[in-house]
Amino acid sequence: MTIDMEHFTPLASLAGGVLIGIAALILMAMNGRVMGISGILGDAFLNNPITGMWRWLFIIGTLVSPFVYLLWAEELLPRPVASGSTLLIGGFLVGLGSAIGSGCTSGHGICGLARFSLRSFVAVMVFMISAVITVYLMPHGA
Amino acid sequence: MALITALISGIIFGVGLALGGMLDPSKVVGFLDIFGVWDPSLAFVMGGGVIVNVIGHQIISRRSRPVCDNQFHLPASKTITMPLIIGSALFGIGWGVTGLCPGPAVASTFLNKETGISFILAVIVGLVLGKTVLKQLRPA
Repeated sequence: MTIDMEHFTPLASLAGGVLIGIAALILMAMNGRVMGISGILGDAFLNNPITGMWRWLFIIGTLVSPFVYLLWAEELLPRPVASGSTLLIGGFLVGLGSAIGSGCTSGHGICGLARFSLRSFVAVMVFMISAVITVYLMPHGA
Repeated sequence: MALITALISGIIFGVGLALGGMLDPSKVVGFLDIFGVWDPSLAFVMGGGVIVNVIGHQIISRRSRPVCDNQFHLPASKTITMPLIIGSALFGIGWGVTGLCPGPAVASTFLNKETGISFILAVIVGLVLGKTVLKQLRPA
């Protein structure tokens, strides 16, 4: 194992994690909801849009968030790793898997682990191992 | 009030994703690539988020209800099920292939002009289909 010191951003990533944590605490303390974006996004389409309006507001907040970030950050340059049909099939699996698995990196990974949920712990272990194996098997520049 | 707090939470969530590096698929894959040249940054994102929540929950759980609702809506299920494991495994494959999980997928919708919208639509199709299948498996 070699550490990628060129791209390592411990402070910015820790600060980002703290912000994500604060966002989850606000949603739980004020709205009584788990900040699981896969659940919020899926239920936004499947549940009553009036009683579930908070979901749409959360989604709108996340949609505009990169532009809020860019108000003080210099740049935000995502480097894509997939395109075309690979990207679409991958996206479909991200949605399908997090729906069947009842959560993703935010719901299980942040909120669930913090509540010491066994289900979330198992889910995080499974999707981390699955993702690491997937990346290991995929052709990519080292 | 509940709508404003949800909006604010969504904005802070996405800014945290951006600052943490989660909107950059190459960085996510660099984190997952533990057998290659490994970038451990995203472990700090998860660590920071979890620590803040562990502390915050000690305070929130003393209250009987949230500020803007009558009750806390927490997942009722406690058992490890096959859908939990199979779904998480499928999600991991999609995450590894694209470097985007659902939060960054939403945040990237209007950021990546060529691919953002088509990607989030693929995620939504998967989510809606998955939730429908799950409902058939286990009637609520």
